[in-house]
Amino acid sequence: MENKPKNIPESTDDIIGDVTGSEYKYGFVTDVETDRIPVGLSEEVIRLISHKKGEPDWLLDFRLKAYRYWLTLTPPHWGHLNIPDFDYQAISYYAAPGKKKAPGSLDEIDPEIRDTFNRLGIPLEEQKHLAGMAVDAVMDSVSVKTTHREALAEKGIIFCSISEAVKDFPDLVRKYLGSVVSYKDNFYAALNSAVFSDGSFVYIPKGVRCPMELSTYFRINASGTGQFERTLIIADDDAYVSYLEGCTAPMRDENQLHAAIVEIVVEDRAEVKYSTVQNWYAGDAEGRGGVYNLVTKRGLCRGDYSKLSWTQVETGSAITWKYPSCVLAGRGSTGEFYSVAVTRNHQQADTGTKMIHLAPDTRSTIVSKGISAGYSENSYRGQVKVTPAAEGARNYTQCDSLLLGSNCGAHTFPYIDVMNPTAIVEHEATTSKISEDQLFYCNQRGIPTEEAIGLIVNGYAKEVMNKLPMEFAVEAQKLLQITLEGSVG
Amino acid sequence: MSSLTQYTDLYRQTAAKIDANSAPVLNALRPAALEALDRAGRLPLPSDEGFEKTSIEEMYAPDFGLNPDRLPIEADIAATFRCDVPNLSTLLALVVNDRFVPTSTLIKNLPEGVTVCSLREAALNHPDLVAKYYGRLAPLDVPGVALNTLLCQEGVFIHVGAGVRLHKPLQLVNIFSARFPFMAPRRILLVAEDGAEVQLLKCDHTQTPGVKYLSSEVVEIYAGAGARIGWYDLEESSAETARYSQFYLRQERDSHFDSCTATLCNGSTRNEYNIDVVGNGCHTLLAGMAIGTGSQHVDNNSQLTHRSEHSSSRQLFKYVLDDRATGAFEGSIEVAHGARFTEAYQSNRNILASRDARMHTKPQLLIYNDDVKCSHGATTGQLDAEALFYMQTRGIPMKEARRMLMQAFLVDVIDAISLEQLRDRLRHMVENRFSGDHTTCTTCRNNPASKI
Repeated sequence: MENKPKNIPESTDDIIGDVTGSEYKYGFVTDVETDRIPVGLSEEVIRLISHKKGEPDWLLDFRLKAYRYWLTLTPPHWGHLNIPDFDYQAISYYAAPGKKKAPGSLDEIDPEIRDTFNRLGIPLEEQKHLAGMAVDAVMDSVSVKTTHREALAEKGIIFCSISEAVKDFPDLVRKYLGSVVSYKDNFYAALNSAVFSDGSFVYIPKGVRCPMELSTYFRINASGTGQFERTLIIADDDAYVSYLEGCTAPMRDENQLHAAIVEIVVEDRAEVKYSTVQNWYAGDAEGRGGVYNLVTKRGLCRGDYSKLSWTQVETGSAITWKYPSCVLAGRGSTGEFYSVAVTRNHQQADTGTKMIHLAPDTRSTIVSKGISAGYSENSYRGQVKVTPAAEGARNYTQCDSLLLGSNCGAHTFPYIDVMNPTAIVEHEATTSKISEDQLFYCNQRGIPTEEAIGLIVNGYAKEVMNKLPMEFAVEAQKLLQITLEGSVG
Repeated sequence: MSSLTQYTDLYRQTAAKIDANSAPVLNALRPAALEALDRAGRLPLPSDEGFEKTSIEEMYAPDFGLNPDRLPIEADIAATFRCDVPNLSTLLALVVNDRFVPTSTLIKNLPEGVTVCSLREAALNHPDLVAKYYGRLAPLDVPGVALNTLLCQEGVFIHVGAGVRLHKPLQLVNIFSARFPFMAPRRILLVAEDGAEVQLLKCDHTQTPGVKYLSSEVVEIYAGAGARIGWYDLEESSAETARYSQFYLRQERDSHFDSCTATLCNGSTRNEYNIDVVGNGCHTLLAGMAIGTGSQHVDNNSQLTHRSEHSSSRQLFKYVLDDRATGAFEGSIEVAHGARFTEAYQSNRNILASRDARMHTKPQLLIYNDDVKCSHGATTGQLDAEALFYMQTRGIPMKEARRMLMQAFLVDVIDAISLEQLRDRLRHMVENRFSGDHTTCTTCRNNPASKI
């Protein structure tokens, strides 16, 4: 290790005292004229959204059913979160970038948007093209550009926005939409089903291995708009796909709501890998502003020997309420969940997973690493359920929490239900701070405390980082470093 | 309509009788308890967080009778009954339903500085002392506690003066005996002053199987600075017995609390442990085991809060569930802001021995401080197939091998008990239990049913 002279802070406390140091690096607003409808939510608004998007009647019915159901619900309060009351009539439920015509080439994209993406490091440009990624960049709610479509189409892979899919592949969308996350699932799922604006649709046909990582960068942009993404991924028999999702959001003063749904269907022997790097604006050092990230993500391993793997790196959002889940309905199917969640300042995160074992020989692994700093609250909440039919089911869960500073909280809430005697379910959780011994050892070898903390935290999160696709791992590591820069040095 | 109303209505009708047969200190809390119950409106349901597998509403739903008139209980029980822990000489007292019955050995052998008596008697003779502690730990906004406070007329009062060490363990034998569905609001108040030392063995027995029985028990324990308390609780009731036990402990500086709860035979049991560690340098051990067959239901819920520095706690709960037995465990460790240098560990291990047995586990950590070492682990599985096979190859029949492994599985819970004779006895009881011999206290079986 390179040993450069540096101002070594007095103690860990000093370093942690610098929590507020790093300002949100990606905080800027793009000025693009947006086509938005009046604030508020009513049947009229839903009809208008549906009409603007030129949707068929069945989809409008779906939205209206969801809306009527949503009216009967109240927001859930069981999370270890303090969610301020949100006025659902005060936001606009639809915003699309002003220019309607789909661009034919990169040059046609609004230069300002392109610039935004460039500053975010979003790979619409040539070098990323060479990197072999197809990027479906979602600016506010409508897909701006989808690249690599043709290369994928050759293999029969469908990767497009969900609105396009509704037009071009209505049968597929109709068959699967709402099949994993019903509009009756929860408050936010009902809301999303009623007003979802856009999102990605992926279909991998039988026996096809998707040759590249599919990725979507979400971005909340227009001021005061809600973001209601809806992603639907279907991997048919023997298919394979790795899907990447990453978010950054510009600096905002008012809270923004993000209630997305991700649905994944995995058929016989297929495999889906879903990776997320989430870095929505987390609010300022006093906890003002920031995104409310209230997301329902669920995958159905319907086929025998299918596999679904969730990997997430959560560093942003004022409030995170998110439980990517696996329903293991196919014999021998596998569910995985790897998560690193970092909270600092006044961030609150209540995140985890559900592994529902319905079929024999199903296996699941959960590795969750929480890092709390400042005045933040970081909770793991997960359920492992083994139903009577899940003969020989196996689960391993490991939840570790690392505390940086004495004003933050780290909590673990696992729910374990076992209804089959042949199942083996294991859960382990630990909570600790960075050991003085490790720090002392690093100091003794000439590594300044702040670097040592970074090093230890990176090592701590490695198990999860390693599960990310290579291109993403670099970005995630960078993100973790940027986040920790403010917190620990 | 909530099953709570039948008790609040009953209270409204018989309030005068209940008060007359109790003591002013106990009566003083009843109006607030009634108010809290009216506010709550109902008892906990599975839809309430923490009660997922046990409906308290359902537990209290049968039309249980009470004994507000304190009708006398035949006194010869004290003479004939002995709970069978060989070689363990104890200071024995009985609680028949909710009535405290001391034995002559207890009265004769109590050392100076130790009081063991009926809570009502204590409240009449030392009102200030009882008022200082009664109802201070168990909060009335918990419906079970409020209902107990509303109906409780007597109970057990144990006071160990500062620096007094009790060399013989106290033994409290709870007997359920009734000819019609009956509910006993039980109450234990244990105060161990600074430097006191006491061990208490408590066992629950049902003498009238076939009769629905509900034991509502609220325990409040104060551990003064440097006090040492051992608390061993054995439940051997009947399939018709429901038990709702709520336990509140407050630990002052340098106090030690060891406990073990064994549920061997029961109907439906819910045990709640609320432990508040307020003093520095405390140690807490909470061990528990449950052996479930038939349709037994065992739900243990622990909430342990560390508010002080340099304290440690260990929790160990093990379940072996067969037939249609259901188990639930929820344990939470909270390390409050400022509780530095806390070490808290929790472990819950379960074996499901049949297709229809169910286990629900929810271990939780709530940590608000960085200088701590906390962990929890939970596993649910079955006996190791390789070990079973190995034992069979050595000529041990399958049934025997399973029994041996299950016993071995529970051994570390038994080892948590510091009374050697009790440890041996429990080991023996567990052995009997696995060989299908349900009632293990021999004298209980012979003892004729008592009458109310």
